[in-house]
Amino acid sequence: MSSAAEHAASVAPVAAARRGFSLRQYLICLKGIIWRESLRFLHQRERFVSALVRPLVWLFIFAAGFRQVLGVSIIPPYETYILYSVYITPGLIAMIQLFNGMQSSLSMVYDREMGNMRTLLVSPLPRWFLLCSKLIAGTAVSLLQVYAFLAIAWFWEIEAPPLGYLTVLPALVLSGLMLGALGMLISSVIKQLENFAGVMNFVIFPMFFASSALYPLWRVQEGSPLLYYVCEFNPFTHAVELIRFALYTQIDWLSLAVVAGCTALFMIGAIFAYDPSRGFLARRGEPGGGA
Amino acid sequence: MMHGMKAAGPQALSVESVSHSYGARRALDDVSFAVAPANFTVLLGLNGAGKSTLFALITRLYGTQRGRIRIFDHDVAREPGEALRILGVVFQSRTLDLDLSVMQNLMYHAALHGIDKRAARARGDEVLARIVLSDRARDKVRNLSGGQMRRVEIARALLHRPRLLVLDEPTVGLDIKSRADILGHVRQLIADEGIGVLWATHLIDEVADDDQVIVLHQGRVLADGPVAQVIADSKALDVRDAFTRLTGSGSPQAAGEAA
Repeated sequence: MSSAAEHAASVAPVAAARRGFSLRQYLICLKGIIWRESLRFLHQRERFVSALVRPLVWLFIFAAGFRQVLGVSIIPPYETYILYSVYITPGLIAMIQLFNGMQSSLSMVYDREMGNMRTLLVSPLPRWFLLCSKLIAGTAVSLLQVYAFLAIAWFWEIEAPPLGYLTVLPALVLSGLMLGALGMLISSVIKQLENFAGVMNFVIFPMFFASSALYPLWRVQEGSPLLYYVCEFNPFTHAVELIRFALYTQIDWLSLAVVAGCTALFMIGAIFAYDPSRGFLARRGEPGGGA
Repeated sequence: MMHGMKAAGPQALSVESVSHSYGARRALDDVSFAVAPANFTVLLGLNGAGKSTLFALITRLYGTQRGRIRIFDHDVAREPGEALRILGVVFQSRTLDLDLSVMQNLMYHAALHGIDKRAARARGDEVLARIVLSDRARDKVRNLSGGQMRRVEIARALLHRPRLLVLDEPTVGLDIKSRADILGHVRQLIADEGIGVLWATHLIDEVADDDQVIVLHQGRVLADGPVAQVIADSKALDVRDAFTRLTGSGSPQAAGEAA
């Protein structure tokens, strides 16, 4: 059978000349996907506002309220005593990315129901490339949100070293990819829009609260050794720590390794899940729309 | 083993012994047919006949479980890239970005096919002119009528100059005039560009006398051939009658609910 296909290709020089895609075409495709994600994001103004308001509420209200309750001693990467609001800033950055990752997973479910995902998946470029592009686009959108948040926080006198704003970028890219890939993986298993509430309860809240986002882990350990271990095994903790250290121009190697490893793992999982022959898509049932 | 339907040149679309199941439920059962280039083939079937499953397989949303699907001799499973680049698709559900403009939707699609901006813009103008919507290029899709959205989707499907166009219930939910417009546009395409078209519908009145027709019922192909032949073979008076006889279903709901 394959020889027949090869034969067909060899006798059709016109088709043969156009086989495959050039690097330039891959880049055009990637650029197009990022462009479309950004356009959509800018058009959904409520989404941008709520993406900003959420962490700001934590920063302005929660952190202010807890300022006196929780004292944070000097722990790396900090060199002095810090305010609680300074401590939770990296956690809130990671939260922005967590929400964004899950939200683009929501939009993928929505897209699939609406059929937009199909537009993406019938592109002739390889599917792994399409999914990675979508992931990169989602991460790019999360960067916009994070820097907008950092700008506002700066006026709130939460200032990292100037260089930190640059060194945090690669960390943000990596953590954004990890959380986006997780969202993509989840989007392939959840079936309907309403399940986003479930994602909130079973993914976002546990990940956020069982992490070092709101409290240093040594304090958690004093209270509950079990919770401490849960936090240590939570990849979100490592995303937070990676961002925290990077914001102060340092590298937390363990977190880097964990986040990089999880990114790879989640991405492979998502590509597998969206693979037409092996994935869950086909097994789950009818194509969108019913008939 | 399975050889192509006819020897002369590759078929635009060839579906060979395709079966597909969702768990225990069999949606397609040994389905085989072909669409020739420059030909309008109607895939006729009631809702639930397996049309959308077939489309999901042709567009490689799902992998083919059994059998083989080829687009101009490119096996969809083996060379998805080569197969998909010459395939234009209009899905049953709307797949445009409502918040983006018509042109932005077209540009996005072009990017997905690796077509650069300048070429994309030129082709965008060209396909919009063809569907007579050039003046709406900057409008948000949200502000178009249902029929106009469908025309944009067809324009989008043609942007990368496919040689095979497949449409899944493209006229669903449209009024009579929009339906006729769209049908006319697509038939004109065949005359102008010689592309092969697979048009899935449950509306019998969309079948013209010189079309090819495939009757799909409960996942099986019951008839396949030129309209006249299908009518003659089932000893029927017209297409509607032939469909009723073949499927054993009351015809009124097949065509009646339409417009």
